[in-house]
Amino acid sequence: MHALKWWQRGMVGFSLAVLAFLYLPIVMLVLFSFNDSKVTSFPLAGFTLHWYEAFLANQQMLRALWNSLVVAVCATALSVVVGVTAAIALDRYEFPGKRLFQNAILLPLSLPGIVTGIAMLNFYKQIGIPQSLTAVVIGHATALLGVVVSQVMARLAKINRRQLEASADLGATPVETFRRVTLPTIRSSIIGSALLCFTLSFDEIPVTYFLTGREVTLPIYIYSTLRRGITPEINAIGTVIVAVSFVLIVLSVTLLRDRDQS
Amino acid sequence: MTLTRRTFPGFAALFSMPFAWVLLLLVVPYGIMISVGFWTRQFPLFYPDFQFGNYAQIFSDPQYTTVILRTLKIAALVTLGALSLGYPLAYFLVFTVRSAALRNLLYMSVVVPLWVSYLLRAYTWKIILGTDGALNSLLVSTGIVSAPLDIFLYNQTAMVITLVYIFVPFMVMPLFTVLDNIPRRLIEASEDLGVGPFMTFWKVIVPLSLGGVIAGSTMTFCLAFGDFVAPVLVGGPDGTMVANLLQTQFGAALNWPLGSALATLVLVIVLVLLQISSRLDTAGRVELT
Amino acid sequence: MTSTPIVALERVAKTYGVFTALHPTDLQVEEGEFVTLLGPSGCGKTTTLRLIGGFEAASAGRVRIEGEDVTERPPYRRPVNTVFQDYALFPHMSVAENIAYGLSVKSNNIPKAERQARVSEALAMVGLEGLTHRRPGELSGGQRQRVAMARAIVRRPRVLLLNEPLSALDVKLREGMQVELKRLHRELGITFIMVTHDQTEALALSDRIVVMNAGRIAQIGSPSELYDNPATPYVADFIGATNLLDGQVIGRDGDEIALRIGGGTIIRSRRGTAIPADTKNVILGMRPERLLPSAPDVANTLVLTVKENLFHGDRLRLELTAEGIERSIFTELPRTAVAAVSSVDPGSSLVFHIDPTDVMVFAGEKNP
Repeated sequence: MHALKWWQRGMVGFSLAVLAFLYLPIVMLVLFSFNDSKVTSFPLAGFTLHWYEAFLANQQMLRALWNSLVVAVCATALSVVVGVTAAIALDRYEFPGKRLFQNAILLPLSLPGIVTGIAMLNFYKQIGIPQSLTAVVIGHATALLGVVVSQVMARLAKINRRQLEASADLGATPVETFRRVTLPTIRSSIIGSALLCFTLSFDEIPVTYFLTGREVTLPIYIYSTLRRGITPEINAIGTVIVAVSFVLIVLSVTLLRDRDQS
Repeated sequence: MTLTRRTFPGFAALFSMPFAWVLLLLVVPYGIMISVGFWTRQFPLFYPDFQFGNYAQIFSDPQYTTVILRTLKIAALVTLGALSLGYPLAYFLVFTVRSAALRNLLYMSVVVPLWVSYLLRAYTWKIILGTDGALNSLLVSTGIVSAPLDIFLYNQTAMVITLVYIFVPFMVMPLFTVLDNIPRRLIEASEDLGVGPFMTFWKVIVPLSLGGVIAGSTMTFCLAFGDFVAPVLVGGPDGTMVANLLQTQFGAALNWPLGSALATLVLVIVLVLLQISSRLDTAGRVELT
Repeated sequence: MTSTPIVALERVAKTYGVFTALHPTDLQVEEGEFVTLLGPSGCGKTTTLRLIGGFEAASAGRVRIEGEDVTERPPYRRPVNTVFQDYALFPHMSVAENIAYGLSVKSNNIPKAERQARVSEALAMVGLEGLTHRRPGELSGGQRQRVAMARAIVRRPRVLLLNEPLSALDVKLREGMQVELKRLHRELGITFIMVTHDQTEALALSDRIVVMNAGRIAQIGSPSELYDNPATPYVADFIGATNLLDGQVIGRDGDEIALRIGGGTIIRSRRGTAIPADTKNVILGMRPERLLPSAPDVANTLVLTVKENLFHGDRLRLELTAEGIERSIFTELPRTAVAAVSSVDPGSSLVFHIDPTDVMVFAGEKNP
């Protein structure tokens, strides 16, 4: 590695500082989750697993966690089914209003979640769907469509049309061509975007805030707890969420990258 | 494939489900929200109507206008802050890091925090900046100050810090992509023609990276504008942002028409910003062959 | 008694909005023929091939294969197979899986055991044994080309469509593959319809060539027919090279026609019998290799000044100018003939003779 100029060295220092800034709070979180003290202050009081035990005993929190998982799985499934179908239609056909439709799907991703949450609340009220986990699932699935559609469309666009023609030429019906040529190619995008959907749904707050009823999801539970004051169990569950998110993201990216060898 | 009589059945079979879903569950809700903004409220119910009273209230009542302006200010500060931290970081990753493996690793490490619960990341600043939080206890235990300071938390500065922290990765992503796409030979050409690294940066790299700057800034601004978590967790009495107003209108205040009008206003502001941003982007777009 | 053509296009046309890619066209291809559709980009040859394959829907007319009307049928229900220009191999399948693809589709399900045998047979035929488990990404261009061919012929189609099959290969490889294609055609005994813009390839491989231009067929014929008797100036200059000059009819004498070209020179031709009696303006065509150096007092000569000479190994290509004629005239001299000439340096004046039977005459005026 050749010597760096003075301003490049400054860059390195600055960048490392920014990286530290990004990870410092997370490190704090993990640190204090094992800290034997009710307050998050230095000096550290001693190692304990007390907070982890507390959170595992907290029935409400566990229930919220379970709800979050169920919602995330259902919302992801719906999003993938509707999103992949939409992506295929958008990729294959030209039709009036196509641009508009694409923009509509991407709208919830660019707008503050709170606006989407309010819009959906208004709507469900009008048609008589009560605030509930069902409403949350539908809300998430709709808001996350853009994630699936954009990823799958991008992958579809890279498919060589001639391969699809070759498949038809060799006697495969359109359904067979989809199953044997298109699907294997987009499989990694589907899985990658599904993982992303899952993570985003799991962590979603603004839309969920307006659509939950008595049963809440984990972020909403944590949020309401935080409004009342800090309980150190939050640090414990926070650390667990951090760990799981890391794993999911790394999985998602490696999958998306490795499979793209065609 | 264009739609013809022959291809339409296939298209309809494929498209009708997503179309129905998006229409009913996405377009209609936004439409209803916009229309409810014109309803009147006669406590405790709301009545369908078409009147601009809610908007009049929003624009004339200083309570609302202050909050809207404050939110715009905070969003702008956050965007600037995220840009000042994010751009050098992206530049460093693309141009200073030589090994591709290291670059990818570092890039991943910047992006990963993004997907770690947004709520938690905001929360961590609460535990750091509070009076019995990490920062204060560190200052006290090392003797820098004699008693904990309460100036760190529950104010606008705390909100800006928290939001900058959350949005730096959002900024780095498009910047990284755009900087990475600049062909190295353009930089080599610039230096070959006698322009030093510093001026090359200003005259070649910065102009070509503007697309990423616009994309990242727009996204950061719009998301910061609509945030309600930071004000609640780390903001003080003067930290109310538009999103909190919306919370109240749909919560305790039970004024859905006013709330919908406000939400529509947010929608319009964001859409306008997105339009401006996309115009700026296409106007300045250069084909990198 | 004429047999049914294996492929027939009846008034087939294709338009895209206001653009006509193919004007109403008739074409018959006989069984077992090697037919080439030849022309520059945009002439409609690829469109025609795709209309036969079913990848484009005809805007008008009927397409018949083996006598049956297949106009409305999609590709997977036509008894033809295509070798694509960029091969279009499936990247996520091995060579063997690519080739076996067409044998495992619902409409043509061959039992596994037989599939294996046919794949091996196809691989042997294109000379690619031993590569069964490789992926397309690991193969060279030439190997991929053969896999594409194997994949198409394994289904034993009656007609094989080839879209510029050799254009992606470099020159040496291309020449080798041309021989392979001819051999394959002979061994398989089926009909080949090929598209190419390379006229040497067309001349070398085809039984018949269909020369196309701007969405229409200019002429159909065997290679020698097209070379010796082009129907239009376009064909004359596309197949081989031809010097095309404007001329006026000044007299007829039996089967000989006298023409005046720019600069006042009179050239006689024995090939103007098809020209209508009252035509005034014609186009003359003279192939470079038919203009031979001669003594000045022979009939049918042109006095030309050398502008450039280009060494082509066994031949010398000369670019010459003539008084009164704007365009350059090209001739090709074998090296042996060069010795008999005084000088071929730029500026030299030479006399060339052409036999009246080698002067082609076409009605009309040359487009600038």
